Amino acid sequence: MPSPDRTDVGRSIRSRLSDLRTRLVGDTGDDESPVRTDGGATVSRGSAGTGLSDRLRSLRNSRFVGSLPFWLPPFLLMGLFVYGAIGWNFLISLTDMEGFGDPDYSALDFQQYAELFGSEAFINAARNTFVLLVAFTVLCLVLGLVLAILLDRTLRLQNTFRLVYLLPFSLSFVVTAQLWAWMYDIDNGIINSVLSLGGLRPDWIGNPQLVLGAVIFALVWQFSGYAMVVFLAGLQAIPDEHFEAARIDGASTITMYWRVIIPQLRGSVISALVVLMIGALKAFDFLYALFGQYRPAAGADILATLMVREAYSNQHWAYGSAIAIVLYVLALLVVIPYLYSQYRRGAL
Amino acid sequence: MSQETVTADATDGESSTSDLRDAIGGKRILLYAVLALIAVYFLIPLEAGLVTSFKTNEAVINTAPYLPPGPDGFTLQNWAEALDTLSSGLVNSLVMTIPATVLGALFGSLAAYGLTQISWKGQIPIFALFVAGVFIPYQAVLVPLSQFWSMIPLETALSPLWALPLLEPYHADLIELIVTHTAYGIPISTVLFRGYYMGLSDEMVEAARLDGAGVFEIYRRIVLPLSGPMFAVVLIYQFTQIWNELLFALILVGGTGPSAPVTLSLVGLGTSLEGVDFGLRMAGAFLTALPTLLVFIIFGDQFAQGVAGRT
Repeated sequence: MPSPDRTDVGRSIRSRLSDLRTRLVGDTGDDESPVRTDGGATVSRGSAGTGLSDRLRSLRNSRFVGSLPFWLPPFLLMGLFVYGAIGWNFLISLTDMEGFGDPDYSALDFQQYAELFGSEAFINAARNTFVLLVAFTVLCLVLGLVLAILLDRTLRLQNTFRLVYLLPFSLSFVVTAQLWAWMYDIDNGIINSVLSLGGLRPDWIGNPQLVLGAVIFALVWQFSGYAMVVFLAGLQAIPDEHFEAARIDGASTITMYWRVIIPQLRGSVISALVVLMIGALKAFDFLYALFGQYRPAAGADILATLMVREAYSNQHWAYGSAIAIVLYVLALLVVIPYLYSQYRRGAL
Repeated sequence: MSQETVTADATDGESSTSDLRDAIGGKRILLYAVLALIAVYFLIPLEAGLVTSFKTNEAVINTAPYLPPGPDGFTLQNWAEALDTLSSGLVNSLVMTIPATVLGALFGSLAAYGLTQISWKGQIPIFALFVAGVFIPYQAVLVPLSQFWSMIPLETALSPLWALPLLEPYHADLIELIVTHTAYGIPISTVLFRGYYMGLSDEMVEAARLDGAGVFEIYRRIVLPLSGPMFAVVLIYQFTQIWNELLFALILVGGTGPSAPVTLSLVGLGTSLEGVDFGLRMAGAFLTALPTLLVFIIFGDQFAQGVAGRT
């Protein structure tokens, strides 16, 4: 048994350490103090009253409470506008709100969704959305990667080329739409003035077969530069030895990139995808500006334009909300695996 | 830069690392030719738009779209007219974008600090909600958003403000847009800042903590001053995103009222029954793009380096 002296010393060390620990770790219930080894651990912890006030004090000093003023206000503002609004949107999609007047929340059903999945316009828009998303992201990633590899092999003018390739990324979809409307102009646009030398004069925007491809081409023009910047950063983080080792093994340049270098760029692919997805979700802006109205040309209707048109042009609020929920579920199909992979990598 | 490092075996030209990453010998000219060709692809829509904006209607039809106008086809009329039509939109966009950008970045930095430097259980699910907020399609919140803002009588509630100089009742629309853009800018700002704060060294923060500095003091004296590079990225990114946005403006402001941001005014510019006046349109497009283009030309390197620091 420790002597009374030692107990006092033990207690005072213990309380100082526990203070420090509260400050450092913010642990509130410190029944399992690490100081047990010093022999003072057998001493009882005083009355219940001090225990409670201890706890209150350590709660006040705890890191959780200390962190609240920082993240809670942004969290509440974001939560209200993002999750509150999505919940409300789901509720509206269960009503049959139409035209003017308030939604009637007393009779909720899934009728809008039933109508939706039977609608040809919806199926068509969903297919176009899928094509646009996949083609846009794949093309941006491939072009961005090729550009990054080429730029990584230069010594001079690298920053200049990087800036030139990145410039379109700074533009508004509305501006891009104007520029490409002029590029694609059937009579005087650049593309047709070159093609007309070969006797061709396609209607890029009017032809339902061509318009989606033309839209994707313009979007890739705008976003591939950003993918390039991300890949270039990823490439420059790879140590020279990896290039060297592959070269000593006698690998050709293409094999070296394919087998050794590209597999190391997974992180870059993910961070490029984040921004590409955000961009693709805003494709509405581009289509609205290109056509100057809620209805894009036949062949270019996507869920985003269909939703806004149904809600704000036809005042089919509940129907539009149902389309929006479908769009959100599609986004979740991307977000949830992304969150999970980030969690697995310890990046959350 | 790693390419310029001379390694020990650099005497043997074939295996030096700088050669491995740089194009070898005569291939270098080919590489630069390819890069220049790609640069043409990225620049030609901008170049064609720019030359067209200085052409008269006749020159637009009669000259090749990528060639500059001849002396008789040159005009500044398009720019004057575009400036006249878009000037109020440009002012509105600026009034809306700057506060929303700064507020969003500040909130993001604060939230990221609260979720990184101060560690407590349960921050992962909270942070996951921020991350998931990055990927919401704006369509999914659109109808509730317009309902919400139509329920809040901002214009009457703030009526004392309109007596102040420079403020008009239509500015209520801009306040709606500022709040909206701030709220939807928080997730991406938080994610960007958090990635950056995770990479900060703990030593200084720990040392300050042992000195008895409180969480606020640590943020203000240590974390905030170290956040410079990330603030550059977030501010540039958010400025372009908010300046360029159309959908919220279209839904919350609508039409071409006095509070329309510039992207909204640009959409209908130069369209008439007779067809599209591309000269005027291109001038308008460049006026709209000018602020973000300038931001990227001036701060583009910082942006690219900040992105690099994150990956």
